[in-house]
Amino acid sequence: MEKTKLSLYQYYREMLKNYIKDKSELTLYSAQQFSKEMIEKDMSPEEMVSLHLSVLKELIKDLPQEVIDSYDLLLEIMIGYGLAHREHLSLRDRQRQLDSELTVAARMQKSLLPSKPITVDELDFGIVSVPAGKMSGDYYHYMEDDNGNIGVAVADVIGKGVPAAMSMSMIKYAMDSLPEQRLQPAGLLENLNRVVERNIDSDMFITMVYGTYDPKLHHFYYSSAGHEPGFVYRASQNKFENMDTKGLVLGVSSKVNYKEYVLELNPGDFIVLLSDGVTESRIDGEFIERYQITQLIKKYIHLPAQAMVEQVYRELEKIQDFKLKDDFTLLILRRNV
Amino acid sequence: MQVQTHVDINSEWGIVAARQAGRKLAREVGFGSVDQARITTAISELARNIYLYAKKGQIHIEEVHRSGKKGVKIAAIDNGPGIKDIRKVMEDGYTTSGGLGAGLPGVKRLMDEFAIDSVLNEGTTITAIKWLR
Repeated sequence: MEKTKLSLYQYYREMLKNYIKDKSELTLYSAQQFSKEMIEKDMSPEEMVSLHLSVLKELIKDLPQEVIDSYDLLLEIMIGYGLAHREHLSLRDRQRQLDSELTVAARMQKSLLPSKPITVDELDFGIVSVPAGKMSGDYYHYMEDDNGNIGVAVADVIGKGVPAAMSMSMIKYAMDSLPEQRLQPAGLLENLNRVVERNIDSDMFITMVYGTYDPKLHHFYYSSAGHEPGFVYRASQNKFENMDTKGLVLGVSSKVNYKEYVLELNPGDFIVLLSDGVTESRIDGEFIERYQITQLIKKYIHLPAQAMVEQVYRELEKIQDFKLKDDFTLLILRRNV
Repeated sequence: MQVQTHVDINSEWGIVAARQAGRKLAREVGFGSVDQARITTAISELARNIYLYAKKGQIHIEEVHRSGKKGVKIAAIDNGPGIKDIRKVMEDGYTTSGGLGAGLPGVKRLMDEFAIDSVLNEGTTITAIKWLR
């Protein structure tokens, strides 16, 4: 320790001596490099000031007392800077720790989402879901039962980040505990509503759309709890229709009845479900119009559903300079020919 | 012969007097100018806390010896409201974000030893020691 201090002292003395003599840029450059080393060695600003003064006293024999005294003031001030610097370092460490905790939590959250692809021949399925931050307040679900029926859900917790993500996992577990209602969209939402109403703060809401597809009849039954309306694409007319949706968001009132709707799909028709992160994409500060989303989907209509949703996402991401304001989820379910 | 100095804190003058006494003792014990300034800053912050939150109290400053080492010990004593959540006030960024200065984590960093003893509605005693190296 003493030795390094001494050599530090000598090194600094050489630098200062050279600089006083020739005022060269080269010396200033070495000083800049030196500062990096000092920061790395955790040398505080007050120690640096003190080092400077001792070297100065040695190099300049008749240093006026006023100059020496003035360093008391500088030293006092540098102590404050030194403390701020230390605090900054400790906060930085804490942030790194929080970051890595969040990464673990985000990985856990991902594991709550379905990972097996849908393998029903009659259907082409695509989903993209991207959180704005590390954790997502959007939730999606899809499953296939033993009879080939498909259940799909998109839910959006109002809010973002960790609190939204925690509510999201509640939806997942609640849905898992209601297997008998997987084919009854309205009943499922009614039960989820009760769970949500009982378990989350009154200032938090969840919107959700749940639907089931019967591949024998090609009927899509769905109910919505205040969720962003989806679209149905009619291949014969090459047109999109808005899906009817009426229903209170989850968690507002304990007793809510949800209406069940049914859509018949012909070959090439498809259902689009989305979260408001899609419709609240902004182009030049303006919210995107719903018709712009359908235009975008049309542009990629020749692709398989998974490629379609990915292309739409990529394009909207690019338009927004790769900054997502809200969690983004887009799901397409198409009846094959 | 150990000398203990008591300074009453009930105004900013008291803070200055405590600083002065601390700096003087630190110099006598043999601390260099950087450590003198550190000890003084710690005293300053502790005295300010008394002044701001308890309105009045005392700063005790003394020379201490332990296993061949010499040092300066500061004790800040008040009968104020006490600290409700010590963990919180010891968190970085908690007090400093309100512009209150170095705060207790800062004092802890400036000194080698640090202890808080606080009882709600009865008062707080904070002691801190800096050892001469």
